[in-house]
Amino acid sequence: MTLNEIQDEIIEDFEFFDEWMDKYNYLIELGNKLEPIDPKYKNNGYLIEGCQSKVWLRTELDQGKVRFTADSDAIITKGIVALLVKVLSGRKPEEIKDADLYFIDRIGLKENLSPTRSNGLLAMMKQMKLYGLAYYAKQGESKK
Amino acid sequence: MFDVEKIRKDFPVLQQKIYGNPLIYLDNGATSQKPRVVIEKISSFYSQSNSSIHRGVHFFSEQATAKYESARITVKEFINAKHVHEVVFTAGTTASINNVAFSFGEKYIKAGDEIILTEMEHHANIVPWQMLCDRKGCKLKIIPFDDNGELILEDLEKMFTPKTRILAVTHVSNALGTINPVKEMIKKAHAYNVPVLIDGAQSIQHGVVDVRDLDCDFFVFSGHKIYGPTGIGVLYGKEKWLEEMPPYQGGGDMVRNVTFEKTTYNDLPFKFEAGTTNYVGAMGLATALNYLTETGREEIKEYESELTGYAHRKLGQVEGLKFFGTSTNKICILSFLLDGIHQYDAGMIIDKLGIAVRTGTHCAQPVMDHFGIDGTLRASLAFYNTKDEIDRLYEALLKVKQMLGS
Repeated sequence: MTLNEIQDEIIEDFEFFDEWMDKYNYLIELGNKLEPIDPKYKNNGYLIEGCQSKVWLRTELDQGKVRFTADSDAIITKGIVALLVKVLSGRKPEEIKDADLYFIDRIGLKENLSPTRSNGLLAMMKQMKLYGLAYYAKQGESKK
Repeated sequence: MFDVEKIRKDFPVLQQKIYGNPLIYLDNGATSQKPRVVIEKISSFYSQSNSSIHRGVHFFSEQATAKYESARITVKEFINAKHVHEVVFTAGTTASINNVAFSFGEKYIKAGDEIILTEMEHHANIVPWQMLCDRKGCKLKIIPFDDNGELILEDLEKMFTPKTRILAVTHVSNALGTINPVKEMIKKAHAYNVPVLIDGAQSIQHGVVDVRDLDCDFFVFSGHKIYGPTGIGVLYGKEKWLEEMPPYQGGGDMVRNVTFEKTTYNDLPFKFEAGTTNYVGAMGLATALNYLTETGREEIKEYESELTGYAHRKLGQVEGLKFFGTSTNKICILSFLLDGIHQYDAGMIIDKLGIAVRTGTHCAQPVMDHFGIDGTLRASLAFYNTKDEIDRLYEALLKVKQMLGS
């Protein structure tokens, strides 16, 4: 599936929910199911600090694809983290750097990525895209 | 007779629905809602008679100046200051404290001097003093608090040395709700010739403040937390200090005479009011203060005290709920956590039920550090809140527990 196909699938999943509490229950479920970050990486080196909740993000390049693992101390935040990981992990660096993450807005969670929320999510999303850009630039260099 | 239903009708915003639920506004510690009289005052001034103050000879300017100065008298009477010129209008509590830290610091503080604060200050009563320490090479001494959230004052007298220049303490903790025994602290400080600044951001809206009875040297508060508009606040200072301290900012209205060689400053309080002041804010604030006086400040205090007791008893029934700030002498701020549940998750769920609470550190990180936590949920009440709303918060917390499986 393409990156946008995954986004469309998430949007479709969320269309089932009329109530906010159903949405949150689903995010809690996703958060609980998220592959945990290796505890040895759950330290300040990988911390993206928000004032409200914390997010840890780790990345590695595996056969030309970027793999993200992440975690959060708040479970709803972690559910949104899981969605971002689902969309961006395992993608090529250029896909990540150019990704238009429209699904966040379409599933009604845009407010969670506003700078004033300070929950680490906006910073995490920016960080993920920066990793994409950095790996992309690195690949370009090694080809020279 | 205090009638909460009647009072609620004075606050248009309380009639809103949020996500289909009636709004329950429990974030009054962050900012309070405005009664209709305040909103109408501001609106009618702008639509009927706006003009800058202290400048024009024309009709509107004179009228605006009179209203602004009348607002100053209202504040003076509300806090029982001795002189009208001891009331300086600022942008708010933070601006007031920055003003004192700068002007008092310029005049009286040198390297090696000491400033006493407490562990329960919010950042606005920490950072301006730290900035002063960076400029002057003075240092901070901190009065600790115990696990109930009460200041430990046994050793207070030992903290005063010949180098102590000022004590700055919050009247009421914004994160814990504790009412500090400031009158007693002021008395002790004065015995060592140390002046005291009282941060009244969280106190003046919940009880009667009499600056002459307290005998504080400075008292600061914000308009928006006492049902007035944002961007207006008060710096009360005893005449002696305000006379001696140099101005904080330069510009229009704070000067008497300006040449490129020398500028002489205006009299109090104008010396501290540079630039075009927020005169509309001052009028709105005065209207809010009058509204409180008419409603009855003692009645408000009594009602809020009863509501706080009810809220503690009710929320205390939630299994696994832990309060932070359990002093018996506190205002209507309830800070708490649910066992095993992140405050941000709880806050997000509660929000969707139409209930506004604050989550996080409440701009008082040292208080959170004391308890070794990242933050709390804070329900801060006002006199327009009801027992029914507390019951709805209780139900919401049960829902949070059910959803987050704890």
